[in-house]
Amino acid sequence: MGTSILIIAELKGSTLRRVTLEALGVAAALLHERSGDIACFLAGSNKADLELASKELARHGAHHVYVASGEAHQPIQALTSLPPILSIIKELKPQYIIAGHTAYGRELAPRLAAELKAGYIADIISMEEFEGQLQFTRPIYAGKAFETRTFHGTSPHLLTIRPNNFAPASVADDVEQANVEPIFITEEAATPLPSIVKNVVQRMSSSIDLTEAEIVVAGGRGVRGSDGFKLLQALADELGGAVGASRAACDAGYCDYSLQIGQTGKVVTPQLYIACGISGAIQHLAGMSQSRTIVAINKDPDAPIFSIADYGIVGDLFEVVPLLTAELKALHQ
Amino acid sequence: MKIIVLMKQTFDTEEKVEITNGMIEEHGAKFVINPYDEYALEEALRIKEQNGAEVIAITVGPERSSVALRTGLALGIDQAIMICDAEHGDHSYRIAALLAEVIKPLKPDLILAGLFAVDSGSGSVALQVAQLLQLPHASAAVKLRLGTAEELLIEDAPWSGTLALVDRDVEGDVETVVIPLPAVVTAQQGLNDPRYPSLPGIMKAKKKAIIERYPSELLAEVNQDDLSSSLTVRTALFPPSPRSAGKRLSGDGSQQTKQLLHSLIEANIIQRGGN
Repeated sequence: MGTSILIIAELKGSTLRRVTLEALGVAAALLHERSGDIACFLAGSNKADLELASKELARHGAHHVYVASGEAHQPIQALTSLPPILSIIKELKPQYIIAGHTAYGRELAPRLAAELKAGYIADIISMEEFEGQLQFTRPIYAGKAFETRTFHGTSPHLLTIRPNNFAPASVADDVEQANVEPIFITEEAATPLPSIVKNVVQRMSSSIDLTEAEIVVAGGRGVRGSDGFKLLQALADELGGAVGASRAACDAGYCDYSLQIGQTGKVVTPQLYIACGISGAIQHLAGMSQSRTIVAINKDPDAPIFSIADYGIVGDLFEVVPLLTAELKALHQ
Repeated sequence: MKIIVLMKQTFDTEEKVEITNGMIEEHGAKFVINPYDEYALEEALRIKEQNGAEVIAITVGPERSSVALRTGLALGIDQAIMICDAEHGDHSYRIAALLAEVIKPLKPDLILAGLFAVDSGSGSVALQVAQLLQLPHASAAVKLRLGTAEELLIEDAPWSGTLALVDRDVEGDVETVVIPLPAVVTAQQGLNDPRYPSLPGIMKAKKKAIIERYPSELLAEVNQDDLSSSLTVRTALFPPSPRSAGKRLSGDGSQQTKQLLHSLIEANIIQRGGN
């Protein structure tokens, strides 16, 4: 029997999240030259979206797509997804189960780990084979250190991957692959644990999640207020990125705590991080210093953020940020 | 109402983290209650003050962890339980199994915990406990209200008894969920503003007992195969790769902006034609 890998796929709105395609990339790397199958689990309420997403999963290397569809999956919930996922696992006996380290994935994985008595390595940013053993690297101590871990027990093994750290699976040119039909789960799985979603208030002005964004425009105390954050949002929109903030900006009430990057708050690793009016306290650096390229805009030439920035602009963000937005607009036309 | 708070004592990650001989240097380090667990603890204390409740805090860890429980006692928890298990801090299934064994006979109405611990950062143990005890959960709570369906003005709740109405942070959006108690709720930053212990509280806490429990008795009921199958092992520990300062862009705002965009396009980080 070959290796079997189960991916917990995830829709955001009507489209697949990028981290799902990254998980498929990890699955392909795990299979490498070995024979084996990649299966996906996907939950949602809109049948047309689910069918489209299934095709997309297949195009990116999934051999089977299991779909749980219905009103109960709107919005997707770890508790409602758990019973169908467990029944798929029972059938497929996968060696690896991979999810994104997203709100959904990080609720599902621990429950699966406890139920399956499985090892779980969370929030991985890379993997490599060393002396025949797979080693997974993850940040600890809020990004101030990294550890590598290996699975020591029997499979299944659970992994969640941090968005933006693995290459998404490439598109298979295999015709057969494109013909994978989604398998709609009709069988009643066990009753989920009780929970009802009453309401969802969308507060994120952009549809791009901060941890998943390839470009982050972040503001600190120097942004001086919620109006200043509107300038950052305009720049982020133009770049197709998301807005983040330092603790100082959140504490001052300029923006919501959900935007906080650093120590407490989120750790982000985008391709481009633009720090505006952020001095660069060690707590903040912990949350962003692994970004690929860092730009710092600050009035204070001695701000510590400049010591880690690839490009430093000593200047007034209220002048520079709108200029950047305008220049980009011109470029994009 | 009986509330259990799961607490972990963590390295104060606000401080510098040093690695010596492949280990985090603990010598001279400051240890604190995991900041997210502080929100959980504060929420339990508020429920106790408003509606009356018995609050029990439990921690798993080495000897030093009792300091965190002592702080809990100074803040007003009723009982502190210390599971003495020094060696297996990163075996989340083991820790969840130990906690579940202690919690089961206590039959709590509510289990509160932090969203994740700032040291290991997996956010795994509380939800594993929920699964082992077959309890529903709501994670990343930013607001928690308890009451009957009538009290909470929920018209269509299929459950009687006490419910938890939870506003939870889902990647920045706020999702409101209802779960019947008993249940597990994990705390996100913003749930409340944790208090500090008072001096009289600290003095009184010194005399209070901490109940000690041991893996040898608790794991007797736990399948040893489950403990070994769930094991993962650390093979390396290292600091982040250092970064050095790049270049400062010169000129006025407009020149700096142009230089920056030029460099970013050159490096293929942004595209000329839009993303």
